[in-house]
Amino acid sequence: MNFDIAFGQYCEGASPLHKLDPRAKIIMSLLFIVDIFMAKSVWAFALLAAATAGLVITSRIPLKVILRGLRPVIIIMVFTAVINIFWYAGETLLVSFWVINIYLEGIYNAFLIVLRVILLLMGTCVILTYTTTPLALTDGLEQLLSPLAKLKVPVHEFSLMMTIALRFIPTLIEETNKIMNAQKARGADFSEGSLIKRAKALIPILVPLFASAFRRADELAVAMECRCYRGGEGRTRMNVLKASVSDVLWVLVLVLLGAAVIFINRNATGFAIGW
Amino acid sequence: MSKIVKAENICFAYEGETPEEKVEALKDVSFEIEEGSFVAILGRNGSGKSTLAKLLCMINAPDSGKLTVDGVEVTSEGASEEDIYRARRNVGMVFQNPDNQIVATIVEEDVAFGPENLGLPSEKIRHRVDEALETVGMTKYARHSAARLSGGQKQRIAIAGVIAMRRKCIIFDESTAMLDPLGRHEVMENIVKLNREEGITVIMITHYMNEASLADRVIVMEDGGIIMDGSPEEVFVRAEELWKAGLDVPQTTELMWRLRAEGLDVPLDAFEPEECAAAVRAALEKRGCL
Repeated sequence: MNFDIAFGQYCEGASPLHKLDPRAKIIMSLLFIVDIFMAKSVWAFALLAAATAGLVITSRIPLKVILRGLRPVIIIMVFTAVINIFWYAGETLLVSFWVINIYLEGIYNAFLIVLRVILLLMGTCVILTYTTTPLALTDGLEQLLSPLAKLKVPVHEFSLMMTIALRFIPTLIEETNKIMNAQKARGADFSEGSLIKRAKALIPILVPLFASAFRRADELAVAMECRCYRGGEGRTRMNVLKASVSDVLWVLVLVLLGAAVIFINRNATGFAIGW
Repeated sequence: MSKIVKAENICFAYEGETPEEKVEALKDVSFEIEEGSFVAILGRNGSGKSTLAKLLCMINAPDSGKLTVDGVEVTSEGASEEDIYRARRNVGMVFQNPDNQIVATIVEEDVAFGPENLGLPSEKIRHRVDEALETVGMTKYARHSAARLSGGQKQRIAIAGVIAMRRKCIIFDESTAMLDPLGRHEVMENIVKLNREEGITVIMITHYMNEASLADRVIVMEDGGIIMDGSPEEVFVRAEELWKAGLDVPQTTELMWRLRAEGLDVPLDAFEPEECAAAVRAALEKRGCL
C-alpha cells in the first residue's frame, strides 16, 4: 500500500526560508493566508502571484515538488471552477443554452478562485511544510502558544504528543505493512469485494495494529521515565529559538503585502472577485 | 570499591489472573555490584532477569527486602519521589526494542531529551550531546531522522542518550536481541568501551553467551533466584548445570567440553578461539598425535 502523507514533507535545503525561526514562519503563513483572502481585485491577485513566485524562488525548492503537492486538490479546484462558470450570474452573457448561462464574469471568477487556492497552497507549503522540519514546527507552536500555559492549557503536553506522533508515523506505517503482509500470507484479500467487505477486511489489520501501538506506548512511557522525564516543569531545551532581524523583516514584508492588497482593492479598476 | 547496587533478600511478584494468584518473579535475591564492574546476567525467559532490571531502574519497587541503588534505598514502602529521581539520574537503561525508546524524530534531539529533563542550560546540553554522539561514533548522523537508521544505529543512539545524562551505571536489557550480527557487534563494542574507558558500571542482561564472556562477572538466574555467580571462567566451566537451566555455553566452551568427553585433556575455561586452538594443539602434542 502506498501511503502518501502530505504532512511533514520536509525538503532538505539551506535557503533563507529554511533558516528562518519557525515562529516567524508560522506567523508569516497566517499573514499570507489573510493576505490572500483579502485580495479582490485582479491586480491584487497579480501582486500576490508575483509574491508567491518570489517565495518559491527564495525557497530553492524544485517547482516539480511544489506542483506535486497541488495534485490532491485538483478535484476541488475543478469542482469550484465548474460551479462558478455555470452558476455565476454576471452581466456579459457569452453562451446561453437550455438552462445554462455562461457569463464572462463567471469565467473570471472561476479563474481567480482557482488561482487563490493554488497560491494559498504554494505559499503556505513553501513557507511552512517544505522548509520547516516537523520538529521545528512543533517547537515553534509550543513557544508561540506558551502564554496559554498560564491559562492552564497543557501546551507542553500537546507539543510532546505531536513530537511523539510524528516520530511514530514511519514506525507504524512499517508495522501496518508487516501486518498486511502477514494477513495476506494467511489468505486475506484487501483489494476485492464490495466496499463493506473491504472495510471488514481492515479489521484484522487494525486490531493488531492498535494492540501493538498500546504496547509501544507502554514501553515508551517506561523508557521516558527512565530518562528522568517528569513533565514540562523544570525542563530546558537544547535548541533555544532566537528571533533575528531577518525574521522580523520577513514578517514585515508580509504585513506590507497585506497593506498593498488593501490599497489595490480600494483603488484599482478592473474585475474584482465576487466572494 | 564502593557498591553501586546492594540487594538484600528482595522478592517481587506480579499480579496474576485473580488478585489472590500471584506470579513470583524474584524469590529472596541478594547480591552486590561493585562500581565500575561489568556484570552479565543470564537466564532463560521467565527466570526473573528483566524483572530485576526493572527494580534496578526503580520502575518497580520490591515487595519485600531492601534494594539500595547508588545510596538510595528502595523498600516495599517505596522511596520518596525525589529520592527515586535522584537515583535515576545515575542509573540508566537501554531496552530491547530500539524503536520504543526513541522519543524525538531527529537523532540529536533524542539524545538531548534526557539532559533536557534534567534542566541543564542549553550550551551544556549541546556539549554533552556532541560528546555522547562522538563516543558512540554517530556524530555524522546527528541531524538525521532516527526512523531511517538501522537497528544497531538506533541502539547506539539510545546508548548516547544514556551517556549524555552522565550515568554511573547503565543497564542493558537484552539490548542486542533484536539486532543483526553487525548491529550486535557495534553495540557490544560500545558497551565494552563504556566500561573499560569511561569506567561506567555495566549490567547486561543477555541470551548470548559470547557477549556474557566479555563481562568480569556472570550471574545466572533460574526461576527467580540466582543459581551461579562468578567470573565467566568459573561459570562456564559448569556447562552441564547451565544446560540444565535451559541455557547455552559459549560455542568454544561447548567444543572444549565435547573434546574432553572424547578423552582429550583440554581446559574448559578457554573462550578465545586462539586460546582454544593453542589448548587443543597442546593436548594433541601431549598425546603424540602431532
